[in-house]
Amino acid sequence: MEQQREAGTLGMWIFLVTEIMFFGGMFLAYALYRTTFPAAFASGSNHLDIYLGAVNTGVLILSSFTMAMAVYFTQVGNRRPQIFCLALTLLLGLTFLGIKAVEYHQKYEDHLIPGHLIPGNPFDPEVQEEGRPLDHHKLHLLTGATVAQVEMFYWIYFAMTGMHALHMIIGAGLLTFLLIYSLKGRFDPEYHSPVEVIGLYWHFVDIVWIFLFPLLYLLGRHYH
Amino acid sequence: MQAIESFEVPAPPKVNYINAQYGLKSWLLTKDHKRIALLYLGSITFFFFIGGIYALMIRLELLTPQGDFLQSTTYNKVFTQHGIIMIFFFLIPSIPATLGNFLIPMMIGAKDLAFPRINLLSWYIYLLGGVITIYALLAGGVDTGWTFYTPYSTTFSNSYVVAAGLGIFINGFSSILTGLNFIVTIHTMRAPGMTWFRMPLFLWSHYATSLIMILGTPVIAITVLLLAFERVAKVGIFNPAMGGDPILFQHLFWFYSHPAVYIMILPSMGVISELIANFSRKNIFGYSFVAFSSLAIAVFGFLVWGHHLFVTSQSVYAGMIFSFLSFAVAIPSAIKVFNWTATLYKSSISYDTPMLYALGFIGLFTVGGMTGLFLASLATDVHLSDTYFVVAHFHYIMVGGALMGYLGGLHYWWPKITGRMYPEGWGRFSALVIFVGFNLTFLPQFVAGYLGMPRRYHAYPPEFQVFNVLSTAGASILGFGMLIPAIYFVWSMRYGRHAEANPWHLPGLEWRTQSPPPTENFEVTPVVTWDAYEFAPREETEIVGKFGPELEGI
Repeated sequence: MEQQREAGTLGMWIFLVTEIMFFGGMFLAYALYRTTFPAAFASGSNHLDIYLGAVNTGVLILSSFTMAMAVYFTQVGNRRPQIFCLALTLLLGLTFLGIKAVEYHQKYEDHLIPGHLIPGNPFDPEVQEEGRPLDHHKLHLLTGATVAQVEMFYWIYFAMTGMHALHMIIGAGLLTFLLIYSLKGRFDPEYHSPVEVIGLYWHFVDIVWIFLFPLLYLLGRHYH
Repeated sequence: MQAIESFEVPAPPKVNYINAQYGLKSWLLTKDHKRIALLYLGSITFFFFIGGIYALMIRLELLTPQGDFLQSTTYNKVFTQHGIIMIFFFLIPSIPATLGNFLIPMMIGAKDLAFPRINLLSWYIYLLGGVITIYALLAGGVDTGWTFYTPYSTTFSNSYVVAAGLGIFINGFSSILTGLNFIVTIHTMRAPGMTWFRMPLFLWSHYATSLIMILGTPVIAITVLLLAFERVAKVGIFNPAMGGDPILFQHLFWFYSHPAVYIMILPSMGVISELIANFSRKNIFGYSFVAFSSLAIAVFGFLVWGHHLFVTSQSVYAGMIFSFLSFAVAIPSAIKVFNWTATLYKSSISYDTPMLYALGFIGLFTVGGMTGLFLASLATDVHLSDTYFVVAHFHYIMVGGALMGYLGGLHYWWPKITGRMYPEGWGRFSALVIFVGFNLTFLPQFVAGYLGMPRRYHAYPPEFQVFNVLSTAGASILGFGMLIPAIYFVWSMRYGRHAEANPWHLPGLEWRTQSPPPTENFEVTPVVTWDAYEFAPREETEIVGKFGPELEGI
């Protein structure tokens, strides 16, 4: 049993290493284009809703805390607070996804969905020529930035936050599974490695956001 | 030092992992690493066959200078699909997923891998990726080259790039899960007394391979995913028309795909270390050097990807560093070759079929490695880039190296896997045929490439014809040589002589249980008190060699 727990934890840590490499590809693309188009990235970044982003950051940090408490209560075998903490973590995770959906909707309203991701190609120059003003994106374009470069920022923004949101959705699914199992009383101080392992995953997804928030929202707010 | 004979081997078993359960369900839902290894063996053989057919079509087309057998567009698809199938669906899973899956738990004295269900899952993921890729091939094919270079793949190609990319993306997770499973297993499941430095070198090389799998594969996953999005949604990280950088794609692609070469060759090196030590009945020369050189290759392998970009806009200074590092990676490879050769010195070599493959490997890998240095030098690479010299070089590594190791290992462990001996005479004969056929195929390509014949064209100037005729003749011999083992392996499963538990009389843990092993591998958990290649004194072991399987079927 001890060997199984050790194997499970080590396995999850190794899996998280692969996740770092997976996100790493996108971080590399971000770093490259941020240095190539600093003005466009600042323009795009300034348009993001920093308040919603900040609230979401708080929500995720809080959910990490409740997750850690859930692991603790499972280890000591205190079932009611364990269930409470798991449910709260799930709720906070869903809150994050809800706020993210609101943000995505705002970007949709402002025609900031890049490429042909949705019908209508709002960033497309040809669509702009049909009498719509260039500033229909409601963007404040800084000197040296072009709309096409801002489109690149938004593609990276959607790729990174989208991939993060996908991980959050998977995490919410895993938490639901944990919640059902702990309601059935499956976990006790002897056997609780799923809670620990999924906890590790949850913290990792939070940490990715801790990097995404400053990179996408905060950098370049005072760019001239 | 303990004599081999002192280990009691149980009498020929009635129940083993093959006949423990019957029915399709018992195979498709198995959690036994040995059965999963056989599932992999079957499926990768299938893909090898498909990739082989494409190879044959390429060689047939190149028999004459004109493009008469295939149109240029068809030819583009054929060489692309040959590459995709052979690399992602044969070479990368070949040794780890079959021999590694079968042997890692047995060599460390465990009942199974750490995560048996994830192991089965990885096979299903592999199949799913394979099915999607085959769909792409049947629906219309892919013509981008296996490298998927942008912007051709994202913008201009009219072929099934997204489907093929999706197949590779999914298949990558199978590779990740296998690597993860191996690392955790080697860390946590070793039998009492099996310390790190008592492990057979096969395990060290698989550990290093797994490191590359878990660190590299996610990068190709996100790269292919971004590429597919870019093609479907017309967004542009890699598209220069939208401010993107196609060289970024090449960097990301080769960050995985160069280490992937070491995913193919490292397990093979592990097999060769086993074969060389065991068939010369001598402790491997410099055990820890060979072990750590595997890790060194895994580490250095991640730092040399830029040598694929020497003729792009990559900075010359970056090129110089990458060139230097590429030379550096030759050092651990050379350590291995020298240590294998030193092991042979004054040892009692028996030329059984696996050993023939091992000796072939040393020669072919050396040629492949040395010609790699020409390509790692900035100046010569400009001349040789995208010529047949490159094609010959990497086939010497991948076929002459990885495939030789795979075949050698398959022969060596065949009695353990199936409980039957393969016909030794036919084995030696086919090993020689394959060796001759291989060299005849690829040696002329070095010359043709050096003289300037470019790769990836269906037609070529007539002065290159002599090399291509030689090459095609060699490929026919090679193909014929491959068919012989395919036939006698199947034959031996039913008609082969029954193998005893330890047909080669070796000290490794996998030989200390019945052939084929029981489902739980060992009756009792073994306690290890000996080093990896601790052989009995010479006078007690002279019997080996004469003891090899009888010459059957010739």
